[in-house]
Amino acid sequence: MYVAVKGGEKAIANAHRWMADRRRGARDQRELEVSQVQQQLGLAVDRVMAEASLYDPELAALALKQASGDTVEAVFLLRAYRTTLPRLAETLPVDTGAMRIERRISATFKDVPGGQVLGPTYDYTHRLLDFMLLAGVEVETDTPAPQGAEEGLEACPQILDCLNHEGLIEREEDDGSEPYDITRDPPDFPVDRATRLQMLARGDEGYLLALGYSTQRGYGRNHPFAGEIRQGAVEVEIEVEGFDGPVCVGEIAMSECQMINQFAGSGDTAPQFTRGYGLAFGRNERKTMAMALVDRALRAEELGEPIQSPAQQAEFVLAHADSVEASGFVSHLKLPHYVDFQSELELIRRLRREHAERTAATAEAVSDTQAASARPAPGDGDKADPEKTQAKNVQENVR
Amino acid sequence: MKRPQLERPALLEARAIQRLYGPGKGCEEIDFTLHQGEVLGIVGESGSGKSTLLRVLSGLEAPDRGQVVYHAGEAGSVGGSPGKDEALDLYAISEARRRALLRMEWGLVHQNPRDGLRLGVSAGANVGERLMALGQRHYGELRAAGQDWMGRVELDPARIDDAPQTFSGGMQQRLQIARTLVTQPRLVFMDEPTGGLDVSVQARLLDMLRTLTRELGLSVILVTHDLAVARLLAHRLMVMRRGRVVEAGLTDQILDDPQHPYTQLLVSSVLTP
Amino acid sequence: MNTAIDSGYNFAYLDEQTKRMIRRALLKAVAIPGYQVPFGGREMPMPYGWGTGGMQLTASVLGADDTLKVIDQGADDTTNAVSIRAFFERVAGVETTTATAQASVIQTRHRIPEKTLRADQILIFQVPIPEPLRFIEPSEEETRVMHALEEYGVMHVKLYEDIAHHGHIATTYAYPVKVDGRYVMDPSPIPKFDNPKLHMSEALMLFGAGREKRLYAIPPHTRVESLDFEDHPFEIQAWDEPCAICGATDSYLDEVIIDDQGARMFVCSDTDYCNSRSEEKA
Repeated sequence: MYVAVKGGEKAIANAHRWMADRRRGARDQRELEVSQVQQQLGLAVDRVMAEASLYDPELAALALKQASGDTVEAVFLLRAYRTTLPRLAETLPVDTGAMRIERRISATFKDVPGGQVLGPTYDYTHRLLDFMLLAGVEVETDTPAPQGAEEGLEACPQILDCLNHEGLIEREEDDGSEPYDITRDPPDFPVDRATRLQMLARGDEGYLLALGYSTQRGYGRNHPFAGEIRQGAVEVEIEVEGFDGPVCVGEIAMSECQMINQFAGSGDTAPQFTRGYGLAFGRNERKTMAMALVDRALRAEELGEPIQSPAQQAEFVLAHADSVEASGFVSHLKLPHYVDFQSELELIRRLRREHAERTAATAEAVSDTQAASARPAPGDGDKADPEKTQAKNVQENVR
Repeated sequence: MKRPQLERPALLEARAIQRLYGPGKGCEEIDFTLHQGEVLGIVGESGSGKSTLLRVLSGLEAPDRGQVVYHAGEAGSVGGSPGKDEALDLYAISEARRRALLRMEWGLVHQNPRDGLRLGVSAGANVGERLMALGQRHYGELRAAGQDWMGRVELDPARIDDAPQTFSGGMQQRLQIARTLVTQPRLVFMDEPTGGLDVSVQARLLDMLRTLTRELGLSVILVTHDLAVARLLAHRLMVMRRGRVVEAGLTDQILDDPQHPYTQLLVSSVLTP
Repeated sequence: MNTAIDSGYNFAYLDEQTKRMIRRALLKAVAIPGYQVPFGGREMPMPYGWGTGGMQLTASVLGADDTLKVIDQGADDTTNAVSIRAFFERVAGVETTTATAQASVIQTRHRIPEKTLRADQILIFQVPIPEPLRFIEPSEEETRVMHALEEYGVMHVKLYEDIAHHGHIATTYAYPVKVDGRYVMDPSPIPKFDNPKLHMSEALMLFGAGREKRLYAIPPHTRVESLDFEDHPFEIQAWDEPCAICGATDSYLDEVIIDDQGARMFVCSDTDYCNSRSEEKA
């Protein structure tokens, strides 16, 4: 006798206990501290902050710990927390030109005002596993502290502004309009560039990387040069009643990438370079580069370029960029679909039954014809048998 | 004294249309009137602006200057009240009304049938779509109409459930024509309907088009670079060069006695049939 | 009576501003039956696709004196239904029930309860993809225009193809409907068996799609017609046998495989309906 499946509640509670146990791992190991994640897995923390669109390294580290290191899950945790927060104030736009530079490179000019600053990077490391780390040898005992890590460098001009003076690159103007807020309002396609950049900024890094890469391989090619990539701390300012100027409420680390792209110009406009832009919380260089490529690709329509490749199709790119949305919808396939499946079962059985009936009817009709007609000519193969050919035709017509 | 009406009523008017992408690129100073039941051919070499003009006339691309005026007003027209002529400025009416016109009163036959067909669904569904859009809700009748129209464009009605991909280029073009004409549109635009087809296929298709336009009394604006096509189908011709009309008149007149040097050149460069 | 509420969160989780925003969108949805109203959907502490749209609607209409029922595939005890019910018990402290008749708000995924709903009940559907035209036209920009201009011919193209190839309309769930003679609407992936219950319902029906940030509604006493052809009219599923537990012949049945030889039995998908019938008989 069938017993209806009960006990969902118990099963869920047990699943949660089990997962918590897994997360903790073997008890003879020390429990991982959130501060350790924050300090020593900083790039993972930064990625979680960027895609969750909440700047809080401690909570991002907590999310990573709670999610057993699953970035997408951690982004989701932090995003779900973010949405419950009250909005106390709106900051002024951050001025990345005034950034306290820690890394700043340009691939377009050998030397630039302010200089090239390599900063902390995995670029130029040989990707060899460092077995010293496995052995647990502390860094500071062997190597001197890095230079420039303490103070950070002075603010230096944006390289693209230098091109701007000559009119070689399109100007970006602030028309003063209130930007759309994707965290408050539903997307309304087609969306403007400000909205697009917001969506890309919280988009999944792997997704943007793949799309950006596709533009380099010819799918929406736009000839990019890394005009400037900078990382460092920027001040966050708000306007407070009673104070004259803006008030700085803190500093956050950010990464910015400005791509320079070719553009032939049109009848009305002289040839000019165009821009692609990427910006993200924390140290997210790969993300900002990919974002800048995709941003530029999405400007195809505005710049009168043919839209032929996935990375140029705004609705396609933007509607699928969010990992919280994407992972939710993919994972919902795990939920029961008994009812829908039952509907399909019922239909497919009926269709098969009807198909069988038709086949049977056809076979009968054919055998009738065969009986009525003359015997097949002796020695003729299947191919020449007119009856068989006819039967095949009949079946095809039925289909 | 009351004079008999010599000209049939106007259906579409182009008034001083200009659409330029650059100097000489596009079309300008276009004026003409298309009357009901008339086939107007627009001929010229590629780059002469005839395709731009067709896009402007068919509601797909707004002109920089000038008006396209459509005379709606027959019973059943989405344009206006029954029996009363109403002149609609195509780019002054709402997008909703313009799209409704395209869907319900007009038809557009693309050069490439793949642009005009729904490739993922059967031939029957392709022919039936416009009927369904107009509210036809009887499967049997839709199917009968599909088979009837496949027969009229000389396609095998037994292939009604086959996908357009399984059809040859010429058959796809026939299917597109059937799909367009099934609702008996008041006005049909054709963009090089025989372009891209073999000569022998072209001849049969042309013959069929001529029969259909005559039987149905269609009003057609036909764009072609092929004077033989124009001669067979069009009552009147407009010859375009570098975005402007250089000569216009009755087809036979223009082809047998061209006045403009450019037309003379065009005519002399093709063998007369 | 907010005693059961976890501290730190507002009643029913969402802040009052957000709830007001959603209620305003709901009013618009009720005023234009079947029209998809964009709303500023929030992240919920559950994944998108798991009912966040329905949950936001439930959170917005729920009052302290409401009684909530949550079903998934017709059942109160499937894991996701249990999880959502537990969530509202925790953040709103409202009473919950499994009895359809006792609920004032019912959140559902993929079913409409068998028991006819009353005027004082609200049914809230979880919707994965709100756009009925999506699989024909992937662009949101274009589908919006198609709705605005009532360009719905293409919906029948799909049905035509079904009949041409299978002899039947082969859509069995998420079967498109026309609401109040105007908007074509996706009734969420309920089996077409449930479509007739949408028509002239006494209860208010609300639909929430969290990931897509759309909501829509069918107000009470609204015409809801399933798309079909005159000579191939809409019809619902039927079974050859009654429910193996309660003997019902008028309910949607789930197939249950009972051994590894493929033997199976059919039981009501609506567990409350099945239980109450079994109890009545006993």
